[in-house]
Order: sequence, then structure tokens, then C-alpha cells
Amino acid sequence: MIHVLLIIFIITLFYMAIANRLMTYIKVLALQGVLLFFVVFFQLSKIDPFNLAFILLETIVFKSLAVPIFLSYLLKRNNITREAEPFLPNFVSLVITTSIVVVNILIATVIKDDHLDKIFFVVALSTLFFGLYLIATRRKIITHVMGYMVIENGVFVLSLAIGNEMPLLVNLGIMLDIFASVLILGIFMNKIGDVFKDVDVDQLSNLKDY
Amino acid sequence: MVITYLIVSVAIVISLFLLRDKRLVYSLLGLFLVWQGWFTTQACLHFGTTDAVYFTYDSLGILLLVTLSIIAVPAALHSYIYIENHYEPPRSRSIYIGSLVLLIMAISAGYLSNHIAVTWIFTEITTLSASALIYHHRNKLALEGTWKYVFICAISITFIFIGILFLSLSLQHAGSDDLSFSNLLAKSKELNPVWLQMAFLFIFTGFTAKLGLVPMFTAGIDAKDTAPAPAGALMASVLMNLGFVGIFRFYIVIANTPLLHWAKLVVGIAAFLSLFVATVYMLKVKNVKRMFAYSGIEHMGIVMLGVAAGGIGYYAAILHIVLHAFVKSSLFFQYNQLYRVFQNKSITHIGNYFKYNPTGAMVLLLGFISSAAMPPSGLFVSEFLIFKSLFDAKQIFVLIAVLLLLTMIIWSFGKNIFKVLFVPAEGFDDSRVARTSPWESLSQFLLLATAVYLGLNPPPIFVQLIKESLILLPQ
Repeated sequence: MIHVLLIIFIITLFYMAIANRLMTYIKVLALQGVLLFFVVFFQLSKIDPFNLAFILLETIVFKSLAVPIFLSYLLKRNNITREAEPFLPNFVSLVITTSIVVVNILIATVIKDDHLDKIFFVVALSTLFFGLYLIATRRKIITHVMGYMVIENGVFVLSLAIGNEMPLLVNLGIMLDIFASVLILGIFMNKIGDVFKDVDVDQLSNLKDY
Repeated sequence: MVITYLIVSVAIVISLFLLRDKRLVYSLLGLFLVWQGWFTTQACLHFGTTDAVYFTYDSLGILLLVTLSIIAVPAALHSYIYIENHYEPPRSRSIYIGSLVLLIMAISAGYLSNHIAVTWIFTEITTLSASALIYHHRNKLALEGTWKYVFICAISITFIFIGILFLSLSLQHAGSDDLSFSNLLAKSKELNPVWLQMAFLFIFTGFTAKLGLVPMFTAGIDAKDTAPAPAGALMASVLMNLGFVGIFRFYIVIANTPLLHWAKLVVGIAAFLSLFVATVYMLKVKNVKRMFAYSGIEHMGIVMLGVAAGGIGYYAAILHIVLHAFVKSSLFFQYNQLYRVFQNKSITHIGNYFKYNPTGAMVLLLGFISSAAMPPSGLFVSEFLIFKSLFDAKQIFVLIAVLLLLTMIIWSFGKNIFKVLFVPAEGFDDSRVARTSPWESLSQFLLLATAVYLGLNPPPIFVQLIKESLILLPQ
């Protein structure tokens, strides 16, 4: 069951690589939150119920409700155009995403470890590098934020892999998640929308050496 | 004691955020400085003990904590001068002072923590407080700087977290789940090398955002440029040292495994690239503040080269970060007085500073000599030792390349500083230049003199502390 969920998770990455609209990205982020909710439910069977309830609550409320709702609110409020405006064509994106996943599968095959389920490793690292790729190839600041959210989801998957042995680390990951998202989204996306109209990375190049 | 320190400091921070009255805000800042001084003394008195499970008053922590507490005093003083000269609204003043206190508190706790996750948490808090300081002016440039800083720091903090996850995987092979540095060191022989390598790569990359090394150095440059100079001084000195502590404590663990050689290679490559990048930017930079910031990148590159070379290089690296903190912060403290005269950051619009403020110009001159590691400066000793360690490690080609890069950096730094000091700026109207009190430069002279004293004639206790912090490294 966990494997099925994680494979669906990887498929969402492919979908994100070729999606054009920002609303699609937000929906995919929400879907990833739901998938993570079920992964947590099946995976963390050995930790105490209160902590489990807290983690489940965080995935469903924070990852799949609060963040997507807030992102779409930002989209509407700042009148951001709906296109994602990638630097590269979708086909190239798809090829690069595929190669990220393949390379990670190869790495996972090389590293043989009884303590770690291989699929967790593949999904986590693919998501991480896909998030970095997303940040590097999209023009809008809000897509950078979405890329960061994708990275956070990847890290969360990795922390789940060892969650049964060290539940503390899952909680730390959640703390990072909430802290960074609130800092980035709450404080700065709001302000940036007020100051820069139709937020584009090209506008953030005034800090120069000369 | 740490817990009391943290609770009282957080209480001070919260009341600073809430209070608007000028006298109350400044007296709370003074109170915090006294509190910080008391805590530092207590930490020195309890040397070697562990407090509240996660904090140890060890030699490296104590050394840097004392450095921080010394630099915090002029930072507070210059923040006061800065805010009073800018007619800040009460709200922005409260937030600035509150964030400054929070930053100093988080750095102190980060130095002393003996658990990698705790270091990580306090590094997160420094990101939060530093971003409030960078955003102080609330204009477009400040917003851009803050955004870049927050975003890159968020990514690097995530990287450190991934590193911690890999580290815990590595530790599971040793049958343990305690991530404190001492336990990691005790179990260092049983750690799984593959996961340990991944952990080191991610943790190293993550902490470079604070340390100011390739690949994540860009965030710090923009931050030091846009933050008010007294806050920038803290970011360019003690906050960088926090990044060093994070890397160095983990490096000690990995140095006791067979991966030592590999780790040296990673650190060495990153350090050399940082020197290279710093040279490239130093050659074309025209913004005084960014020039100081790039000089910091150069120095951190030298420090990490010392770590990579090993031997006497370890000793020199720690000596160098302490001395560099004093020198670089004094340059940043001087910057605001420079700005008050010329109202410009660009070197093309600044010049002949000796005419307007001879005392301040002396600070810049001595700061340049110190930063370029010319003989009376203490940094000369540490840089010389680092070059010697590179020589001992038979890295003669690296040494030659480093010396060439440093020559270019000194040439470019010197060219710009002497332009600022002696060559009149074109079209500058000096009829309305603000007078600066020479006393405002006193703290900078003291800091520079401290760096000279510690470098040329280090007191035995100072040498002892540095040597003790290296005791766990294989010699």
C-alpha cells in the first residue's frame, strides 16, 4: 500500500513537470499532502498515538489545506497570470525529471541498506532534486515557493523512512516545514505582492556590485 | 543556567517587540548586554560542564562566545547611534533592537550546543532574526535582499535537515539514536560510511549559507549589503562563526573515521572555489559594503583551507576566525560614519575621506591592513600558519594559486580603499558634510587592537582554549 502511494507521489512530479497553469501546481501540492497523510497512516505504526495524530493533522491541515488555500489566495490577490512560464519546453522538463528519477533509482540500487526501504530513498531524493529543478527553471517567484514546498515534501518522505526509530526527527521536520512556510509565505509573499506587481525574478536584480 | 539565559532573553525580546518607549527600549538593550556578560562569565566559570543535556561549555564554544559578547557591546552602541541618526519610528526601532537581541541569543546558544539538531534549531532562529534585521528599511532593495536571504537560508536549512536524516541512518548501523556530537564521536568507527558521506555533503552545503562559502555564499552578501551596518557587522563576523561551528563539530566526527581524506578534499575544493569567487567579485565590486562582505568570503575560504590542510592549519583556522571577527566587525561599524559623510555606497562617489573624518579614515586604513593580513595585523600570523600547513601537506600548487588569488584581492581591495581615503570624488559637494565625533571610532580601534594583540602575543589561556578545541582531531 505504501509503495503504491509513493509511486503515485512520483507520478505527481511528472505531472507537475509538464503542467502549464499555476492552479494545477497548487492542486498537485494539495494532492501530495493527501498522499503523505496516508503514507504516514500506514508507515508510522510503531509510534505513540498522540504523536501520530499530531503528524496526521499536520499533513492534512497544513500541507493539503492551509498552504494550497493560501497560495491560491496570493494568486488572486496579486493578479498573478495563470501561466507558469517555464524557461524550458515541457518535453525537456519531462526528460530531465525522468533522468532525475532514473539516476536516483540507480543510486539506490548501488547503496544496499537493510535499514532503509529503497523506495523511500528514491522518492525523497527525486522529489528534492525535482524541487530544485523547478526553482531553477521557472520565472515567477511564486513558483519558486511551490518548488520549495515540493522539496519540503521530499524531506518529509525521507524523515518518514526512519520515523519509526526516531519519531523526534519527524517532529523536527514538521517544525521546519511550518517555520519556513510561515516565514516565506506569510511574511514575504504578502509583502512582495504589495511592492512588486506581477512578481517575476527579473525584477529582483537591483542588488548589484557596482 | 542556559535555560534561564534563554528564558530571560526571550522575555527581553518579547518585551522589546511590545514596548515603544525610547528609554525603556534602550535600557532593556543595556540590561540584555549585562545579562549576556553575566552569562558569558558563568559559562567560563562552569568550563567543561554540560548544562540542560544539550549544551556543553567546551573550549570552542567558550572562545567564540566570549568573542560574540565582546562584539555585541559595540554592535549595540552603534545600533543606538544608527537609529538616533535616522529618526526611526518607534515601531521599527523596537523591532530592530528586539531582533538584534534575538540574533545574539540564538548565536550564543548555537555555539554551545552539543547536539547537531539543537545547533540546527538555533541556526533556524538566526535566519528568522537576521531576516527581520535585513528588512529594517522596508524598501524595495531591502525586500529583495530579505527575500533572497530567506529563500536561500530556507533551502540550506532543509539541506542540513536532510544531512541529519542521513546521519541518523548512518548511526542506526551503530545501533544508537543519540545524535549528540560526543556520541557520534564515540560511535565514529561503526558509522556507515556511505550515509556518512551523504550526511557530510548535505550538512556542509547547508552550513555554507551561514559560513559564506561556495555554493551558498550569495545570500550572505545581499544580507550584509542591505542590513543596517551594525547588524551587518554581526552577520559578517559572529554569524559566520556559527556556520563554522556547525561544520567544524561535524568535521571532528568525520575526521575520526576513514573518510578523513575524502572530507578534506571536499572542504578543500569548496574553500579554493570560494577564494576564486571572492577574487572575481573583488576585482569588479564598486559597493563598499559588498566589498567588505566579499572580503569575508575570502577569509572563510582561507580558514577552510587551513582545516583541509590539517596539522598546524587547524590551530590557525580557529585563530583566524576569532581575529577575523574582530577586524571585519570593526570595518562594518565604521561604514555608517562613512555613509553619513557621502550618502552613497558606491566607490565612484566616495573619496578623500581623510579630509572629512581623519579618525574614521585611520580605522579604514588599519582595517584594510589587518584584513589584508599585513605584518602588524594578527591575521598575518594565522594566514602565515595556514600557508605553512598547506606547505606541510605538500599542496604546493594549491599554495601558489592561493597566493596569486590573494595578491589580486589585496591589489583590488587596496586600490578601492586608497581611492576612498585619498582621491577626491568627482562632483561631491562638501559644503554640507556632517561632522562625526571621533569618539565613535573608539570601539573600532579597540577591536582592531585586540586582533593585533591576540595575533602577535596571544595570552596563554587563549592558546590553551584553541588547543583544547582541537584535542579530538587526529593529529
